[in-house]
Amino acid sequence: MGELTSPAGDNRIIALEGSESGFATTKLDALLGWARKYSLFMYPFVTACCGMEFMALSSSRFDISRFGAEAPRFSPRQSDLLWVVGTISQRQAPVLRRIYEQMMEPKYVLAFGTCASCGGFYDNYTTVPGIDKIIPTDVYVPGCPPRPEAVLDGLMLLQDKIARGDRTPGIVKPRQDPAEALVSIRKRDKSSDTHEGGSR
Amino acid sequence: MSLRVLERLQAKFGDALLETHSQCGDDTAVVRADRWRDICEWLRNDPAMAFDMFVDMCGVDYPDREPRFEVVLHLYSVEKRHRIRLKTRVGDAEGAGAELESVTSFWAGADWFERETWDMMGVKFIGHPDLRRILMYPEFEGHPLRKDYPAQLTQPLIPYRTEEEAGLPLGKLAPFRDDEGMAFGRRTWTKDPEPS
Repeated sequence: MGELTSPAGDNRIIALEGSESGFATTKLDALLGWARKYSLFMYPFVTACCGMEFMALSSSRFDISRFGAEAPRFSPRQSDLLWVVGTISQRQAPVLRRIYEQMMEPKYVLAFGTCASCGGFYDNYTTVPGIDKIIPTDVYVPGCPPRPEAVLDGLMLLQDKIARGDRTPGIVKPRQDPAEALVSIRKRDKSSDTHEGGSR
Repeated sequence: MSLRVLERLQAKFGDALLETHSQCGDDTAVVRADRWRDICEWLRNDPAMAFDMFVDMCGVDYPDREPRFEVVLHLYSVEKRHRIRLKTRVGDAEGAGAELESVTSFWAGADWFERETWDMMGVKFIGHPDLRRILMYPEFEGHPLRKDYPAQLTQPLIPYRTEEEAGLPLGKLAPFRDDEGMAFGRRTWTKDPEPS
């Protein structure tokens, strides 16, 4: 397989890199990381309204399958990535912990939305203030709910972390600060106002 | 049309009626707690009343009042097409004696609503077939919608991870802020607010 006939038809043999005649070197960790990052079997733990955004994410427009993370497994024993999508109430906390404990190593957790990340505005007796209070969390995706692009950013951040073997938590940064955009619009309006005033 | 309900109620239970008012077609009667069951039974079974539909029931905490809790019952008659809102007041300042007779024998739908009122407000319903908590877990102590329940007091079912265990700080990470929640909801009710 490692040989090809030259397209010029002069019967020269071209050796391909990685074949019997060539070779490639890699670290085992890097190889495993590369393999893991594209074969994330997900366990969706969907509890609240973020679930709607999760459905949008999994369907064809945003198409999470492009990133090798589309196969849902509804048994925690067969999954690598726990998506915690939505508010986790105090009553659900033991269930979530148990699901996490049933997953096989290596396992990753993604907090989808503000409620899963820090409790959101449910700052009261009902809600766990962030799933990191009960299980280790790898990536936080802020947003209420987060846009699918933000979640894809989160997934790519997680894949990057897996490839590097980095288990420190990461947060998805907003692509654009809506407040900043507002300021620039105001500035533009202001300048156009003065312009009109001057022409009159 | 439904003013007649209040009139009939006045005629039948005049001594048990504390106050009534009607506004924008909504009729409200506040009744004495010890006649609660009799009045409900009459509203349900009297052919002219025929309140066959239980709409809603909830508790309200007025910490400055005595009795402290109000239980509000909304009824509708499918046959007569009239509604009424029935209120009663129970419990002292500490929430003791917040007891009311159950109306589940007239409206089966009252079952879960009475459980909710018990769970959130701590109003006990005597004669309820299964008065357990409905929203909170059985290990929960206290009644969270009472005004004197501390707004941020949580009662975790499993112990939280400590920072040593996690090996990293567990405070809210940026861009989340400490006051991510409802700051206005974090005020704790006090009996005598300090003059400001």
